[in-house]
Amino acid sequence: MPAVANPAVDTPSVQATQAAVDDILAELFARLGDRQDQLLPMLHGLQDSAGYIPPDRVPAIAAHFNLSRAEVHGVITFYHYFRTEPPPRCVVQVCRAEACQSMGSDSLLEHAERTLGCGLHGRSADGAFGLEPVYCLGQCASAPALTINEAVFARVSPARFDALMAAAMPREAV
Amino acid sequence: MTTRIYVPCDSAALAVGADEVAALIAAEAARRGLDIAVVRNGTRGLLWLETLVEVETPQGRTGFGPVDAADVPGLFDAGWASGHPLALGLVEEIPYLARQQRLTFARIGITEPRSLADYLAHDGYRGLRNALALAPAEIVATVTASGLRGRGGAAFPTGIKWNTVLKAPGTEKYIVCNADEGDSGTFADRIIMESDPFVLVEGMTIAGIAVGATRGYIYVRSEYPHAIARLEGAIAVARHHGYLGADVLGSGRAFELEVRKGAGAYICGEETALLESVEGKRGIVRAKPPLPALAGLFGKPTVINNVLSLATVPVILDKGAAYYQDYGMGRSRGTLPVQLAGNIKQGGLIELAFGVTLREILYGYGGGSASGRPIKAVQVGGPLGAYLPESQWDTPLDYEAFAALWAVLGHGGIVVHDDRADMAKLARYAMEFCAIESCGKCTPCRIGSTRGVEVIDKIRTGAQPVQQIHLLRDLCDTMLNGSLCAMGGMTPYPVLSALNHFPQDFGQPDTSRHAA
Ligand SMILES: Cc1cc2nc3c(=O)[nH]c(=O)nc-3n(C[C@H](O)[C@H](O)[C@H](O)COP(=O)(O)O)c2cc1C
Ligand code: SF4
Ligand code: FES
Repeated sequence: MPAVANPAVDTPSVQATQAAVDDILAELFARLGDRQDQLLPMLHGLQDSAGYIPPDRVPAIAAHFNLSRAEVHGVITFYHYFRTEPPPRCVVQVCRAEACQSMGSDSLLEHAERTLGCGLHGRSADGAFGLEPVYCLGQCASAPALTINEAVFARVSPARFDALMAAAMPREAV
Repeated sequence: MTTRIYVPCDSAALAVGADEVAALIAAEAARRGLDIAVVRNGTRGLLWLETLVEVETPQGRTGFGPVDAADVPGLFDAGWASGHPLALGLVEEIPYLARQQRLTFARIGITEPRSLADYLAHDGYRGLRNALALAPAEIVATVTASGLRGRGGAAFPTGIKWNTVLKAPGTEKYIVCNADEGDSGTFADRIIMESDPFVLVEGMTIAGIAVGATRGYIYVRSEYPHAIARLEGAIAVARHHGYLGADVLGSGRAFELEVRKGAGAYICGEETALLESVEGKRGIVRAKPPLPALAGLFGKPTVINNVLSLATVPVILDKGAAYYQDYGMGRSRGTLPVQLAGNIKQGGLIELAFGVTLREILYGYGGGSASGRPIKAVQVGGPLGAYLPESQWDTPLDYEAFAALWAVLGHGGIVVHDDRADMAKLARYAMEFCAIESCGKCTPCRIGSTRGVEVIDKIRTGAQPVQQIHLLRDLCDTMLNGSLCAMGGMTPYPVLSALNHFPQDFGQPDTSRHAA
């Protein structure tokens, strides 16, 4: 399998400084307005730019939308996609749904766990890789499938997994 | 003369390296001084052949696949000739494709998803033009007469739903497209959005004109970033050319469209949970009534339809209700986009009139299992659908025929498992999935699914199997009858069908074979 073509893989997850987070928030508040139906676009915007939703910004978000902190916290925690901690540089999501199971995603996951040295929801010892479940990527006819920093890969054999990992972390992986 | 070479840009092709193939073809052509234009089309839906490269010839487009980047120089050396081992002949003549009846998917794989001109050149926006010449009630009557039923799962007649919204009082109404597509084994919505996004935009515009709604939302799951990008592109282009906006095609009618991104919650595919999510809340299911058609998004009358339902409206308005309703059987009219996935040799999208049997799909199209081993069980209709054993594969794809088997067609997703599948493990997975994805509003689903996992664990370790199986059936009964929505109400479908048809996997004597 040749090198990875998708540039998304080479882009490390973004992590913004405190001051940058404030700028991001201010921009989002101004652009999206304060109607509650903009809460999800707002959370997406924040996570896309800052890498995660810092819990200490929940009060500001709640105040902006005239909601209670509990309401905003409730929304953030309801959705699997939102994260409240900085992500590792490289997030690997392995599809756990039925079609991928039928094509050996269990053993692919075991291989990923062994290679990265962590379990599902865990992180590699150096903190660079995180392993997460996902329930279907719409690649069910080309199973098993996974994502690396949101870039989708299908028909992933253990050998292809190793090649993708090597390409995703050219400097760290020695 | 420039030769056009097509390389799909659907995410299934990208996921196996299509971008690299496209780049290499361009580079090789340049190196060899050949006059070649690389066109990024959508997918044909023959997913086992991705990356499926097509070369334009005087006879038509000839295909090569599955092409890996490493194959590209050799394909040039061979002059892209029919003798190459990857050659497939004329793509339109590949039996898998030639035998389909493509109405909703008529354009996919043929056109460039980003190009409005290409869309228009292939009959795009004819449906909307016809609709604009009709009174709203006439548009709704056409959709009703077509027999189209919602493709998202519940199979409710689309025209009747639209009629309720049309007749509902008030001027503020909404069209919401359910593009959450969370079921394992389904990808037809994704293919529409990535490979023919304008057809969904057109269908929603027609819906808006039909019921008097001026605003629409497409709720797309966060797992589909590529689909979101394609839709946003199509919406911008449509708006720029007057197909959306304050004055759609100079008709004096307004329609605006916006994409909303989900956030990884399966339950947000349920229509009322989806509305809550668009409103910026947790995706908790609402009790019905009131129906969303009367009090939906922001409390206003709302049409909420699946991607396929809305994407089928343009062809109905273009070719007429009779044309569409001539396909199908019984009360299942038109075509069903079947998605064939899992352990299958030839997985992909197959659009056919209702009535074809499951066996024909599995062997006539799918070519049997990918592993070459016997197929054991087939789950139809997503994670909440029943597992069907071989004795049921002669069932025609038809909503009522499936209901008679205590099974569902759902969104048309078919997931194949070979003889190595452990059905008790899959039943456990169904319960676990429900526990992870339950919205938490009602006890049978929220607690029942967690207890269900524990009970199946006991059965699998052989502890008190008879009592535990009795308990499992009891629990399923409570979930079936006591849940507010189909998440808890249908999780018993995969669980009980696995138990009933494959008792040996639960440590029980196998009675099914002798009984049959
Ligand atoms: C748990 C659950 C998940 C659902 N997921 C989807 C989905 O992903 N896409 C969809 O169109 N409908 C889904 N539905 C069905 C919707 O509630 C609704 O029936 C459908 O969107 C209506 O559109 P239609 O009439 O065009 O089918 C789901 C239902 C339930 C109970
Ligand atoms: S059945 Fe489950 S998902 Fe549906 S309303 Fe009840 S708790 Fe929520
Ligand atoms: S089941 Fe894994 S991509 Fe659909």
